[in-house]
Amino acid sequence: MKKVKKRILFIILILIAIAQLFPLYWLITFSLKSNIEIFGENVLGLPKDWRWINYTTALSDGGVLRYFLNSVFYSGTTVAVTGIITAMAGYAIARMKWKLNNLVFGFFALGIMIPTQAALLPLFQVLDKLGLKGGYIGLLIPYISFAIPMSLMILVSFYKGIPKEMEEASYIDGCGVLRCFGTIILPIIKPALATASIFTFLGTWNELMFANTLVDSSDFRTLPVGIMSFSGQYSTDWGLIGAAMVIATLPTIIVYFFLSNQVQESLVMGAVKG
Amino acid sequence: MDKMLGKKRYIAIFVMPALLLFLCFVVAPLVVTGIYSLFEYDGIGTMKFLGLSNYIELFTKDRYFPKALTNSLVLAGASIFIQIPLSLLLAIILARGIKGEKAFRTIYFVPVVISSMVIGQLWMKIFNSQYGLLNIIIGFFTGEKFEYSWLSTPSTAFIATVIPAVWQYIGYHMLIFYAGIKSIPTDYYEAAKIDGASNGQVSLKITLPLLTPVIKTCLLFALTGSFRAFDLIYVMTGGGPNHASEVPGTLMYSSLFRRGLYGYGSAQAFFIVIECLVFSYVISRLFKKAEENASVI
Repeated sequence: MKKVKKRILFIILILIAIAQLFPLYWLITFSLKSNIEIFGENVLGLPKDWRWINYTTALSDGGVLRYFLNSVFYSGTTVAVTGIITAMAGYAIARMKWKLNNLVFGFFALGIMIPTQAALLPLFQVLDKLGLKGGYIGLLIPYISFAIPMSLMILVSFYKGIPKEMEEASYIDGCGVLRCFGTIILPIIKPALATASIFTFLGTWNELMFANTLVDSSDFRTLPVGIMSFSGQYSTDWGLIGAAMVIATLPTIIVYFFLSNQVQESLVMGAVKG
Repeated sequence: MDKMLGKKRYIAIFVMPALLLFLCFVVAPLVVTGIYSLFEYDGIGTMKFLGLSNYIELFTKDRYFPKALTNSLVLAGASIFIQIPLSLLLAIILARGIKGEKAFRTIYFVPVVISSMVIGQLWMKIFNSQYGLLNIIIGFFTGEKFEYSWLSTPSTAFIATVIPAVWQYIGYHMLIFYAGIKSIPTDYYEAAKIDGASNGQVSLKITLPLLTPVIKTCLLFALTGSFRAFDLIYVMTGGGPNHASEVPGTLMYSSLFRRGLYGYGSAQAFFIVIECLVFSYVISRLFKKAEENASVI
């Protein structure tokens, strides 16, 4: 009886795993097919004729390479800048002696609740006035600003867990705050920085609303927006669109494949802190 | 050390970059949206103060807003009554230690890391009337070619966007529950086992009550996520056909950037903020009692 029950549970788990993966399997296979195969000859099977040309065409003619490099730049910069400034602010909040630290921390924590929609129009106007809208800086500013609260939450909770003795010795030896932060603190908080960075990276790489609103020119477009316009342009060529979508997904899947435990931990932590 | 860490200059250097960015580009825009929502404003001309009439208009004169709000509540309902129970069940099964536990966990989570733009485009293809996966599968079982355009028929368009939304985040909720279950000390289970409790009894009497804070987190996440829903619907239907699949987020977007209604669109945006805050408060209050009960165990 118990064995039968276990087997039924196992089958349910397998069925749900199939439901979660099958759409992605279908995406990957049709990204390598021609329309003739996708539209009737070979809907579900592996491609008969592996058309890697879909990928090269999307990258060169469709401009996906440019969007890809833009997205790498936006995400990389956002992760680096957010990491540094929240590591610093987190240190000040968790370790330095001042009266307002709890208040400031609570203030940042409220930021997690703010939906991006609610800031969209004023941001649009202010970036336009500053002449930054439509360029790299004009999108990086909101990306970094909105990534700050969550990154800070993750780092502060880590800071609170590390013993003070580590820094104490070096302060007594006459080490300055900046040097101590750079040589002692940063190496200690590496794991928390990794967790925060993964969270920031996924959020930035996949972001749609800011990128769609604040950038007009295709030169500065991110992958999500680029592929939306790309799929409008080539709407009948499914293989090509599929290839572009796989290219857009590859970096996050690769990160997830190699760091699945850290990615899972990072997103769970984000939810719990939020 | 305390002397070093009390120096105002260093505190300022460390806090200011993050604080200034946060104040100028997150908090200030939110406040400005709140102010705009009280005015009639087209972005160029003068602003005319209206008080709360933009908000009243949302419910009295707006032809689409009540429908959009209902849609977002349907999405929230689908999350709460389908996604969360299913994720909880999966987490309980996996946490008991079944063969391939880690593989299942990893697989369920895959859709979470994919952008909603890709998820939206992919499901548009699945729902495609002529060549979509869904119609092909239906055709396979019925034996004749099936053609139905899910996304361009008003009665099915919104539901067709709810399905990928629920599908994408099952793994996320599952993982949050899983982490919660794993953090329950094993003594509780051992004690229950010694007393002769069955697996089902253990889940119902020990796991669930101790998971109350985690359930609260997931509920909050599902609710606020549904209220601010935008990406998937924007990609898949754009709120159409004939506004059948609008949510407050898509309505706000077209008010602001297509129709130039800066005041009215800001009221729609700010309404989403208020809605999120009110529901978060209500959920926290409701769970306060439950959490106190759980801590007694």
